[in-house]
Amino acid sequence: MSANLVVPTMAEMMAQGKQPDVLFWVGCSGSFDDRAKKITKAFVKLLNQANVSFAVLGTEESCTGDPAKRAGNEFLFQMQAMTNIEVMNAYEIKKIVTACPHCFNTIKNEYPELGGKYEVVHHTEFLKSLLDEGRLTIEGGKFKGKRITFHDPCYLGRANNVYEAPRDLIQKLDAELVEMKRSKKNGLCCGAGGAQMFKEPEKGDKDINVERTEDALETQPDIIAAGCPFCNTMLTDGIKFKEKEGSIKVMDVAELIANAQDL
Amino acid sequence: MSYLDNILFAVLLVLGGGYFAGNVKKLIRNIKLGQDVNRTDNPSERWKNMAMIALGQSKMVRRPVAGFLHILVYLGFIIINIEVLEIVIDGLFGTHRVFSFMGGFYSFLIASFEVLALLVIVAVVTFWMRRNVVRLKRFVHGDLNGWPRNDANYILYFETVLMCLFLFMNAADLHLQTLGAPGYESIGSSAFPISQNIAPMFNGMSESLVHLLEKGTWWLHIAGILVFLNYLYFSKHLHILLAFPNTYFANLKPQGQFDNLESVTNEVKLMMDPNADPFAAPAPDADAVHTKFGASDVQDLNWVQLLNAYTCTECGRCTSSCPANQTGKKLSPRKIMMDTRDRLEEVGRNIDSNKGVFVPDGKSLLNDYITPEELWACTSCNACVEECPVNISPLSIIMDMRRYLVMEQSAAPTELNAMMTNIENNGAPWQYNQMDRLNWKDEQ
Repeated sequence: MSANLVVPTMAEMMAQGKQPDVLFWVGCSGSFDDRAKKITKAFVKLLNQANVSFAVLGTEESCTGDPAKRAGNEFLFQMQAMTNIEVMNAYEIKKIVTACPHCFNTIKNEYPELGGKYEVVHHTEFLKSLLDEGRLTIEGGKFKGKRITFHDPCYLGRANNVYEAPRDLIQKLDAELVEMKRSKKNGLCCGAGGAQMFKEPEKGDKDINVERTEDALETQPDIIAAGCPFCNTMLTDGIKFKEKEGSIKVMDVAELIANAQDL
Repeated sequence: MSYLDNILFAVLLVLGGGYFAGNVKKLIRNIKLGQDVNRTDNPSERWKNMAMIALGQSKMVRRPVAGFLHILVYLGFIIINIEVLEIVIDGLFGTHRVFSFMGGFYSFLIASFEVLALLVIVAVVTFWMRRNVVRLKRFVHGDLNGWPRNDANYILYFETVLMCLFLFMNAADLHLQTLGAPGYESIGSSAFPISQNIAPMFNGMSESLVHLLEKGTWWLHIAGILVFLNYLYFSKHLHILLAFPNTYFANLKPQGQFDNLESVTNEVKLMMDPNADPFAAPAPDADAVHTKFGASDVQDLNWVQLLNAYTCTECGRCTSSCPANQTGKKLSPRKIMMDTRDRLEEVGRNIDSNKGVFVPDGKSLLNDYITPEELWACTSCNACVEECPVNISPLSIIMDMRRYLVMEQSAAPTELNAMMTNIENNGAPWQYNQMDRLNWKDEQ
């Protein structure tokens, strides 16, 4: 299937004298992490399906600097940010969509003061708008009656108040959306934010992703949905730790929709 | 002779008010030790926040039981101030119940104060039980060992005693009214719905003794209020004043937006400018002040962060929602705020004892109060910021201290250094080649 993926780069577009409607910011995880690459592909399939005029930066994309900033390295962050902004401004980018809440937050909130002003949307918001415009349709069937719980990524929810778009999408699948006891504003972190993804946790009684997985398991879900590649990794690890990987899947909202379409 | 009372009262009032004013001055000076930050934009949004969060208690009621009880105590405090005003006027001018000319409305006011006083006692007793009998997790937490735990209880005792004195005073007054004692015109027992049940205990006592008890409780009540006022500065109870400016000056930006360090921007721009001469000596700047990157001590934090520290009530909602704390790590956002205040107070005392200048004491907020282990456990998830009933941000202090550790001391954990090297060399936190970024497109 993936042979059919149409993924133009900004450079190719420019060579043809074209300007896409939206830049798909893939992010490091979506580019390199084996699990997250599946999310990237699922999202591209949906973009292709809906005939969205988009492009990626490809090899011209670089880390947004989020993990550096949150680790305290403002120098490295700003160097990354300014380099990325230079590239994006040269391509006259207006609108950006990304499947990573960390890239989303940083480009949306922290790039403007450094000269990078764009309209930035999370892929769940973008997919929701495609559905609302009728450019994408969901044939429910496949997930009918399945219990799906949604884990709010901190940098999507609390940090930027995006709570409804992913939930609306899940409900369109005719699935039963079950909420964890801690959700939305009160959601619990997956344990990866603030550059924790890249280091061992400090000494404690338990890992945060296990605590969060326990929240999810309490809802007796068939699927744990996430909207962040890092949350996805942490919860997948949590499910493995609980030896539930046979019965419960951790999936990105984009994957759920692509799956429902048999893409 | 009769003026003695009034003079004594005036002296008490001036002493109590004066000592308090002195401490407020010190408080403002200490907060101003912080770096400047502009929090005057968007005043309408700021007033709205203050009205909703400090005045309207909108974030308190997210935990309904504590929220409801807190509103009782809060209303009691606000409304009883009308009574305090009357007490002050009576005390200064030797009048008795100077507002009683308002007739039925006055009776209604006094009656509502009494009901509130009783509700406050109920709420305070429940609060005490939550701390000392039920022992809620966030109240038995080690952060509170020592003074903070006593402080919390002292406040509850204080409030109970003040409310009891108020009710006893009214009961004695009512008894004297029924006796028709001179100077005690009858207001009617409808004004005393609670204290009329206490009044019978005075039956059989001599009028002069009841008179003495009435005066005694009156004096103890107002003296207690003045002592309590002056206790605030030394206590977590300071939040009853600072919650208002604190919510006004709180961050209005999205929680995920961390500030851009201007000083770094200038350096990075220079670094990335192809026309800049890499070997040029920096232009000598007479006004240049060495700015530290990040924060290692309270003076490096901004004044809003210091105001946050004084405002913190140590309720522990932040810590109880912190993912790191819940999973047994050392980080406690509440402790970050308490440490910041403790250190700021220490710096303030240092300045006081050294004729107005800070003499380095070989200590700092970092290491002596807050350890790197605590700082590195934070996931920057903003749960603590979301939870705080008065919009304090422990996260901003954690981030500023991480910045100091990384940019001034290069003291990040090894794995984070590896991550940062990868970003620097490969444009990704993992060791992959930037040229492979689009490989996913063709992978099966």
